[in-house]
Amino acid sequence: MIEGVSIYEILTLSTLIFFIGVFGFFTRKNLIAMLMSIELILNSAAFNFVIVNKYLYPEQLDGGIFSLFIIAIAAAETALALAIIINLYRLVMSLNTDKLETLKN
Amino acid sequence: MDLGYTALILLIPISLFLILGFNFKRLKEPVSGIIGTVGLGITALISYYTAYSYFFGGMEGAKIDGVYQKVYAMNMVWINFSDTLHMDMGILIDPISAMMLIVVPTISLMVHLYSVGYMHGEAGFTRFFAYLGLFTFSMLGLVLATNLFMIYIFWEMVGVSSYLLIGYYYNKPSAVLAAKKAFIVTRFADFGFLMGILMIGFYGESWDFKVLADPAFIAGLQAKFGAAFMGISVISWALIFIFIGGAGKSAMFPLHIWLPDAMEGPTPVSALIHAATMVVAGVFLVARLFPLFSFMDDGAALQVVAYTGAFTTIFAAIIAFSQYDIKRVLAFSTMSQIGYMMLALGVSGYAGHDGLGFMASMFHLFTHAMFKALLFLAAGSIIHAVHSNYMQDMGGLRKYMPITHITFLIAALAISGIPPLAGFFSKDEILVAALHDNILIFGVTYLVAGMTAFYMFRLYFRIFWWNEPNYKHTPQEAPKTMTIPLLVLAFMTIISGFIPFHSLVTADGAAFHTHFNWYMVGASVGIGTFGILFAMLMYKKENKLSTRFRAAFGVFYIWSYNKFYIDEIYMFVTKKIIFDRIAAPSAWFDRHIVDGAMNGIGSGTEWISDKIKGLQSGRVQDYAMFFVSGVVVIAMIFWYYL
Repeated sequence: MIEGVSIYEILTLSTLIFFIGVFGFFTRKNLIAMLMSIELILNSAAFNFVIVNKYLYPEQLDGGIFSLFIIAIAAAETALALAIIINLYRLVMSLNTDKLETLKN
Repeated sequence: MDLGYTALILLIPISLFLILGFNFKRLKEPVSGIIGTVGLGITALISYYTAYSYFFGGMEGAKIDGVYQKVYAMNMVWINFSDTLHMDMGILIDPISAMMLIVVPTISLMVHLYSVGYMHGEAGFTRFFAYLGLFTFSMLGLVLATNLFMIYIFWEMVGVSSYLLIGYYYNKPSAVLAAKKAFIVTRFADFGFLMGILMIGFYGESWDFKVLADPAFIAGLQAKFGAAFMGISVISWALIFIFIGGAGKSAMFPLHIWLPDAMEGPTPVSALIHAATMVVAGVFLVARLFPLFSFMDDGAALQVVAYTGAFTTIFAAIIAFSQYDIKRVLAFSTMSQIGYMMLALGVSGYAGHDGLGFMASMFHLFTHAMFKALLFLAAGSIIHAVHSNYMQDMGGLRKYMPITHITFLIAALAISGIPPLAGFFSKDEILVAALHDNILIFGVTYLVAGMTAFYMFRLYFRIFWWNEPNYKHTPQEAPKTMTIPLLVLAFMTIISGFIPFHSLVTADGAAFHTHFNWYMVGASVGIGTFGILFAMLMYKKENKLSTRFRAAFGVFYIWSYNKFYIDEIYMFVTKKIIFDRIAAPSAWFDRHIVDGAMNGIGSGTEWISDKIKGLQSGRVQDYAMFFVSGVVVIAMIFWYYL
């Protein structure tokens, strides 16, 4: 609980982060940038858990623990995604998604 | 003494099969032959001991009040269906199985020994002996089975070993075809056998031979079922189905077509399987279930057996007149003699002197095994020397092969019913039994006795006398491993007629008295001698008489030469009717309707996906866009409508 800040304001912040992530994901052509956008989306979700826990059920810890899990999973996912990206880079020597269309057919 | 040792009779041959079968690359000639022969020798000794102690040595429970009983040396329940119905594994010793304990190991041992010489230098020497071990195991299991299901298992196993041995020369197309034919025809017949077994199990509620042989039990079945279909009870129908299986294995008339072709196998195999042991399995089966056959509906099923046997015996004898392949002549002769055994069972009653036919049939089975195995082994030794199966390539061989000549002559005299050789006694009993029961069957039997003498001596004179063709290299007498079995079997052929079968092997186990019917002796020896003299006239020296006879018989000769076109009829029925009229339309339906529907579904899906695949850009962001738009649309729906 932060004095003078209501749950609506802080949820608006998390929504903003979420849509910034979505926007970045749609507009960036670089795979690394897209990965960063996904991290933003995930962070907004984790953020939501913490906020809802803190404001609505301050005597419980579930939301916080959940966000810890999300962070751990996000880290694992990032490692995986980076591995894929490295392999892709070796294959096509580029990280531009426009060049990665071979799945089309 | 505990009867557990009888298990060795089965265990030794199967271990021979496993030892030789798993080491067939490592074991070389003649080691595998020696292993097989020695192993079989031990089996034979144990079998002889078992049979001896059953008949004379006072095996426990073997003989009660002068009546031979069925003894279970062991019996384990294997699969239990109900209190009375269960599949068992065990060893049953009774007069007929004790008799087979002499026949099977003797012939098998002789064939093993003979094969050491005959198969010399063959590529699959060890494989051959492994198969022989498997066959011996299966055949002994068949005769020692304690119940219908066990006999069925071993029945199929002899079928498999017969298949393997007929197809021994697997790079020869005719042998492969013959093996397949034998397997398919007998398997087809065995379907009848299986149906019979299931019917007996369902209605009779027992598969156990001791129960099925109990006259009180059979009377109960008769009272319970009465007449069901076409005037005979369901049990009789089951017996007829079982007989179909027996007819397939024993090459009775419509199912005989595999036996002549089975001669593609090596000659020792023909001697062991297709003359002496496996082909009499059908006779053995009928004898095994004889009380049922005899009592149900006063022997209705037995009538089928009798007429099938009588028809086959004359049918095969006619064909044997005109064949030139010496092994095929012997094959048809085997069919004819098995027909004899079948009809003897068919005309037999159960108890006392009425059971003469049963006794005669078993007697003939025994003596026939000896002299027919001898004939085949002698034929093998001739083929070995001349390198041909056809009698046109033979003649005058008596000078070159004295032992083969003498032993062949003994066997031919025996099968023609000339005293005092074995065949005379057993054939005479069959004639008497047939005369007591049915004059028509007696007539056929009597005629065939003469025909048998004629075609056997046609073979004999044609091979050993006639004119000498120009041999490429002079034929030589076979090696000792081959002549010793011939001599042993010739000895058996001479003495086995004197075995008192009427006090040992009878339908009800009790001894009865037989006496010579001197008119019958005169008549049967007379027709036998007539046949022999006739053959002598035609074939002792090269002359034109046989050609004139052939011309005189005209179309009948051609029918006989072509085996009455039975093979062609089968081909017509299977190819023209079943394949073309039933199988081909079914195949068309499957290919076009069933497969067509499946392929239609597949190509329809393909067509649709071809139309919509433009949506797939391959760019990750586009997919994410679709996904998020979808989420947004669903969110809106929830927002406004719920």
